[in-house]
Amino acid sequence: MVTITVDGLEITVPRRTRLLQACLDNGIYIPNLCYLEGMDQPPASCRLCLVEIEGRPGPVPSCSLEVEAGMVVHTNTDEVQKLQKMAFRLLVCTNEGQCRMCMANKRCELQRIAKFLHMPLRTKRLRHLPKDLPEVIEDHPCIVYEPNKCVLCGRCVYVCAQQGNDFSLSFANRGFNTVISFFGSQNEGQGDACLDCQACVDICPVGALNLKDDRRRHLRKMAAKAKARG
Amino acid sequence: MNQNPTPSEQLDRLRQPAKESWHALQDSDVPVIYVGHATCGRAAGSQETIEGFEQALADKGIAAEIRTVGCLGHCYAEPLVIIHYPGFPPLMYQKIGAGEARVLVNSFLQAGEDPCFEYLLGALEPNEMFPTLMDYPRYLYEKRVIMAHCGRIDPENIDHYLALDGYQALAKALEQGGQWVVDEVKAAHLRGRGGAGFPAGIKWEIARHAEKQPKVVICNGDEGDPGAYMDRTLMESNPHQVLEGLAIAALAVGAERAILYIRAEYPLAVRTIQQAIYAAREKKLLGDHILGTDFSLDISIFQGSGAFVCGEETALIQSVEGHRGMPQYRPPYPAVEGLDGLPTVINNVKTLATVPAIISKGSDWFKTIGTEKTPGTAIFSVVGEVEYPGLVEVPMGVSLEHLIYEVCGGIKDGKPFKAVQIGGPSGGCLPESELGTAIDFDSLKQAGAMMGSGGMVVMNADACMVEVARYFVDFTQKESCGKCTFCRIGTRHLLAILEDFTKGVGSDDDLQELKSLSEGIIKGSLCSLGKTAPNPVLTTLKFFPDEYLAHIHEQRCPAMMCRALTAFYIDLEACARGCDACVACCPTEAIFTTSNRKKAIDQEKCVKCGECVYACPPEYDAVRRVSPPGMIPDQGIKPLVETKEEQ
Repeated sequence: MVTITVDGLEITVPRRTRLLQACLDNGIYIPNLCYLEGMDQPPASCRLCLVEIEGRPGPVPSCSLEVEAGMVVHTNTDEVQKLQKMAFRLLVCTNEGQCRMCMANKRCELQRIAKFLHMPLRTKRLRHLPKDLPEVIEDHPCIVYEPNKCVLCGRCVYVCAQQGNDFSLSFANRGFNTVISFFGSQNEGQGDACLDCQACVDICPVGALNLKDDRRRHLRKMAAKAKARG
Repeated sequence: MNQNPTPSEQLDRLRQPAKESWHALQDSDVPVIYVGHATCGRAAGSQETIEGFEQALADKGIAAEIRTVGCLGHCYAEPLVIIHYPGFPPLMYQKIGAGEARVLVNSFLQAGEDPCFEYLLGALEPNEMFPTLMDYPRYLYEKRVIMAHCGRIDPENIDHYLALDGYQALAKALEQGGQWVVDEVKAAHLRGRGGAGFPAGIKWEIARHAEKQPKVVICNGDEGDPGAYMDRTLMESNPHQVLEGLAIAALAVGAERAILYIRAEYPLAVRTIQQAIYAAREKKLLGDHILGTDFSLDISIFQGSGAFVCGEETALIQSVEGHRGMPQYRPPYPAVEGLDGLPTVINNVKTLATVPAIISKGSDWFKTIGTEKTPGTAIFSVVGEVEYPGLVEVPMGVSLEHLIYEVCGGIKDGKPFKAVQIGGPSGGCLPESELGTAIDFDSLKQAGAMMGSGGMVVMNADACMVEVARYFVDFTQKESCGKCTFCRIGTRHLLAILEDFTKGVGSDDDLQELKSLSEGIIKGSLCSLGKTAPNPVLTTLKFFPDEYLAHIHEQRCPAMMCRALTAFYIDLEACARGCDACVACCPTEAIFTTSNRKKAIDQEKCVKCGECVYACPPEYDAVRRVSPPGMIPDQGIKPLVETKEEQ
């Protein structure tokens, strides 16, 4: 076991635990999107779980660090908050922030992080900048993908690989237009296999991946609600 | 013989015939024509040059040998030819096409009389008849360690390299052992030439002492910077030097496997290296039991498919493993846990190409070149508005001013210097006031630029710094792997703001946001691509704030480069009656004839391509460019009304 200090609180965790996991296990929340428990090598891509550690220069991603005895960690310094808020603003600016219409409303990780950081879900400081892609991508037999909602955390790619699926859910394109893509999704029988699994849909923190049927039902419900409101 | 021959003795046996054939070529009875035939030469037309020589020689029935060599680094003079005519010193000629080749054959090779001074660049050896290349500042100030043999030897002939003491360092390293090599490279303080400047010896030591086995060494030839071609030239012009360095690195680390990661856009480099590997394997210089020792090295090529980010070492490893090239969080560093989880040393082509010289001549010799903190030489591909663009190798520590003005001949056409962009797409732009900066890792970083892998773009007063920043951010944004938030989305916002500025849209708030985003991206990004991407923005903001303000507040582009903020008009005073050179070149038919039979531009139709500026004969030079567009003077232009006769 190793004892570390986080924001003045001493916690004791097993050796080789990831710092982020150690904090989460002890009730200290650090915003995160791309990390999943049990990951061998966390991608460290969302850049939200930054913390400052005494004796190290600059903020570091807590998901990628293993705890070390005597570590003194600060999760809420000005520097950390500044970067977290900037990363959050960048993540929400591709979407209009129409939470009310979204299937992930009230269970969305971004909403949780917004609350934690005291940030609005629609940023005023940065322009709204949708990706240069269709609003909805429907080339998979049973799953729809909404690129502008997607935060590219890669959780779906990770769980799909964990399921041992023989086709690959992977990243495609470059730069700002990077998306996740279902290669080989047109193969016969793939639709059924995905319908059985749904791991990617379940793990998506922001509701960017949904079953086609569910989404259709949801849209109908929304339309009915809107009609009822007049 | 009761004792096995040492590696040096083995090598001597190989070298004997190599030296003989090399000397036979040097003392040949017939003229020998060396044609620079690397990618740069080929692009300039060296294939036609060779054919021109062949045909002219056949027509005249002259016996001569044509040898293809690599690149000397003089891009401005391609296609470059060296002719060694018995009785003359080797003479270097510039810009030799098929026609010039015929002239050379007719007047020089046929009779040995007129050596065609009009094409002559200089002689390679001191003599009484010709100016030598050492009379040129370019040669005087260059210090060639890495590129010593580039352009002089046939890259496809291993004997040429062997004859010039090639593989001697490998033999020495095999005799002295891996630890000695590590100590020597550490003592030489060789810093990685890929950009980060991490000491190669320390990297090797970490990997050497790593527990996991086996170990891997990778040569990083994924050169992706726009306008940079040092690695390509080295691989194409002297592949064995790179291979020797790689083999020495493998010996030092204790690796059994070596990979050359070369981008697929360099087909000639891939082919040259492949051919060199075969040749070296045949002579037992690579492969199993190198030079009769127990050391074996399996060496292979991996072709990268054109992702800029794969030059980053963790992304490169991902790519070799068959994944999408996305950088990983470090630590663990590749030297501890890299390719397939094995300790992996990744070195740049230039770093490895420096190693043989250090091993054979010693670390003390190496430290006499360059600065105390960064010994050795730096290779830059200097492009842009300099008189003599090309590859230059200078000792570390010389100033930028020296490099641009002395070595590369200063700014083209005597125009004023504006800025130099150093270190590839994520390097910084330095103004005239920073020209005293010494070229080494630390000084350049302090000035806001970086060494990078050695790209250098020189700009004159015609370059708009806002547009330059936009251009480079556009590049890095497109080449971002899309993994981390700051790089993927942050750089896109930088680009959006800069695009607005070049159109004259923007506010002081945007300028502030540009700064804070840049700083955030540097601090928050995962890999060096993101961490350095805002450099062009921050340095131009620091050194050229007035240009930004002119764009935002006055909708004016001081360099008159941004299309939305400039306009073209024809000065009727200067325009010649009856000339219509500009009319023919205009792609949108925007130029019309005025009532006094001169020309004017219809601003509605003009797309501001600037073709008319070049088309207008220099004696008139009547096309003017203004910024902002509203500055066009009222010249009382009326279109020409058709006269009665014509009707």
